Amino acid sequence: MWIPKSLVFMLLMAALAGVASAKDDTSYITLMTHDSFAVSQTVLDSFKKHTGAEIKILKSGDAGAALNQAILSRKNPLADVFFGVDNTFMSRALSADIFVPYISPLLADIPDSLKLDLTYRLLPIDYGDVCLNYDIDWFSQKGLAPPKGLADLIKPDFKGLTVVQNPATSSPGLAFLFTTIGTYGQEGYRDYWERLRQNDVYIASGWSEAYYGKFSRAKGGTRPIVVSYATSPAAEVYYSEKKRGAAPTAAILSRGSAFRQIEFAGILRGTRKPELARMLIDFMLSPAFQKDIPLHMWVFPVRSQAALPEVFREHAHKAQAPVMLPASVIEAGRDDWIESWTEVVLR
Amino acid sequence: MISRWYFWLVVPVLLFMGMFYFYPLISIFFLSFMPEGSLDASRVYKLVNNSYYAGVFWFTTWQAALSTLLTLIVALPSAYVFARYAFKGKALIQNLTTIPFVLPTVVTAAGFQALLGPRGLVNNGLMHLFQLERPVIDIDQTVWFFLLAHVFYNYTVVLRIVSGFWSRLPENLTDSAQLLGASRCQVFMTITLPLLLPSILAAALLVFVFCFTSFGVVLILGGPRYATVEVEIYRQALHLFNLPMASALALIQIGFTFGLMAIYTRLEKKVSISMMLQGKHGDGRSAQKKQKCFWVTVTVLWMALLLGAPLFALFLQSIITEDGLGLLYYRGLLENRTDSILYVAPITAIANSLLFALVATLIALTLGWLSAAFLARSKGKASTMLDPVLMLPLSTSAITLGFGFVIALDEPPLNLRSSLLLPAIAHAMVAFPFVIRSILPALRSIPQNLREAAAILGASPFRVWTTIEWPILRRALLVGAVFAFAISMGEFGATVFVVRPQTPTMPLAIYRYLTHPGALNYGQAMAMSTVLMVTTAAGFLFLEKIKPRRGRC
Repeated sequence: MWIPKSLVFMLLMAALAGVASAKDDTSYITLMTHDSFAVSQTVLDSFKKHTGAEIKILKSGDAGAALNQAILSRKNPLADVFFGVDNTFMSRALSADIFVPYISPLLADIPDSLKLDLTYRLLPIDYGDVCLNYDIDWFSQKGLAPPKGLADLIKPDFKGLTVVQNPATSSPGLAFLFTTIGTYGQEGYRDYWERLRQNDVYIASGWSEAYYGKFSRAKGGTRPIVVSYATSPAAEVYYSEKKRGAAPTAAILSRGSAFRQIEFAGILRGTRKPELARMLIDFMLSPAFQKDIPLHMWVFPVRSQAALPEVFREHAHKAQAPVMLPASVIEAGRDDWIESWTEVVLR
Repeated sequence: MISRWYFWLVVPVLLFMGMFYFYPLISIFFLSFMPEGSLDASRVYKLVNNSYYAGVFWFTTWQAALSTLLTLIVALPSAYVFARYAFKGKALIQNLTTIPFVLPTVVTAAGFQALLGPRGLVNNGLMHLFQLERPVIDIDQTVWFFLLAHVFYNYTVVLRIVSGFWSRLPENLTDSAQLLGASRCQVFMTITLPLLLPSILAAALLVFVFCFTSFGVVLILGGPRYATVEVEIYRQALHLFNLPMASALALIQIGFTFGLMAIYTRLEKKVSISMMLQGKHGDGRSAQKKQKCFWVTVTVLWMALLLGAPLFALFLQSIITEDGLGLLYYRGLLENRTDSILYVAPITAIANSLLFALVATLIALTLGWLSAAFLARSKGKASTMLDPVLMLPLSTSAITLGFGFVIALDEPPLNLRSSLLLPAIAHAMVAFPFVIRSILPALRSIPQNLREAAAILGASPFRVWTTIEWPILRRALLVGAVFAFAISMGEFGATVFVVRPQTPTMPLAIYRYLTHPGALNYGQAMAMSTVLMVTTAAGFLFLEKIKPRRGRC
């Protein structure tokens, strides 16, 4: 049989590399998270300087999918620490019991209103308000008044202008579904979505596909209304090529149109590096990491003393009256809501 | 009495299947009927009693039927031309049409994105040409997009089966009918079509099964609005985390595919046709030269457009960067950036795929060889009973298999979830029936008396084996190996469930890139798809090259 020797050699090397990389050691720690996670290299480096361990980042899809992966593999955990469970999925994570408690000394600096898990398995890291964003230039060019709240999206003038995320796969999508439930009630939200569908809403599978793919500010995007965060206009200012004083997009923060999302981190049960895992949690609550959050993930750090960058102070917002749903209501309703949303909107 | 030593050949195969096929499937069964440990059929009941799930099944059937119909419409004329006319390069062209069929589904999806997607070649070209603001062809996330892809990769199934059968139809029947004054149309309707029908049915059924269990292209090209049963299993398990519901769906899917495959096997036996078989090439004696030239040209151009364009677009999109032509995206495959959506450098995904494929090929070859050796020797009841059993993995959807692995193999007695080789085992399970099918005919073609004669003349069993069996077997093993290797390299459905994110494979990396916005992700998806396409195609073209020359005809 004719097979080039070099090919055999290459395959053998690949096999060896695969085996070698599987060995366990404390020179690194694995952080499992969702696709929207971002942090600056200097902050990552400072962890390595302090502990000698490198942080390896394992992005596993959108928030929901990443958590489900972590639960599916709970008997053989994929990572040591998980970041990105939010209050919409918190109850699922806690009942699957994939995290171990850790009372970090740094929690003392965090406002109590953000500590939702009293068993200390999930520790708050950041928060932000999920709400509608619109492209200001697009609306002024078309001479159309921008939307003021959820009710506008189902008007004929706004047909084909909105992009939202699939709540089954994306946490801002789920937060937005909860917003509609909080506003229209468990009886009315299906009807609202029915009409939104008739108004040609686009369903993206995740936030990045919606915001960087379909939103009119993105290259090739055509829709000027998108579900994003109240802090997104600040990111638009920060990343715009020409220096501009005003944000090109605006967040809609009227009563009943935003949902507060708090993101947590936790130590995965079964980690072989509990010491390092606790260090990583402390690190994520430390001023260095917390200060880095605004300009990378574009949400607010939970540590209230953390200094906010200027662009954030000027252009990032918080909703005054975000929709609140108690964790018990979310847990009881979530799966049925998603299922019935899927039936109404996708099929 | 002769000892049945060869029965021991199949024992390791059955053990392997017991562990990695039946055990996961039984786990699925238990999870769907006893989600909490006690008998609870409410999930299954909900499934049959809910219009939503009925809709999923209806949609799956409907799109498979439509795909089959479209494939037949597109491929039957070509089958006619290939059956009737002889022309230069025909064998090569026929072999080239196999490439779409063996391409990984993610590569097919990437190819169609590259050609007709919102930022694909056609749309970009038209937008550029007419100074338009938005894409002209808007079929992304519609049924049509993945129907096209289904036609693309099933085209060769119809072409091979029908033209092979057609070319062996006796011509004297049609000749005499024409001589007796029947019009060409009459001849076709009353003689050719009825004779051809079994082969068309068999091809259609096979295409239907492939489309019924389609996963990758529906997931990528269909978007969130469309779900076949496969996609729904994936969604229920990984997105909604409703494992009992996913199990119930998988159970029904198993029933469906087994039923369809059973019908196909019966049909295949009846008309003695096979995908692996190539018909005798028509000699074209009844064709006039001009007419022949015309039809052959039309057919070949049509095929080039349908099958070649997506692949060509894929390649082009991988070298068109924002600053002109370049290898930027290929270079990107070597870097491991912190903000990358993969845990490891993309090149590691390539290495992982090669490693898994190597191990999977070894396992599949061993299992396939053992099974084929058993089947070739055993003539009795055992063989007729075991043959279909060994083919079972072929009719099980990859999603179901992968899902079964995840729920069954991550706790004692078999805790293999952290084992690096689990994906390779899954791939081997999908691939080894193909190995059996490529080795068995070769083994059966060795006449028993040849061996006996050699033995009587004093050759040792080893000598008999090396001089008689090995030369024939060698080529068949190589064919099986290439099949197994290609299947493993491109496997997506089972891998999605089984693989650890630290060791992504190429199809998984392509899927991740394709579903994330940004020019770099898109370009890298195209680059990696091109690499995978070239690897797969090269393997099969190599096979065609070493094929034994048949007698000319």
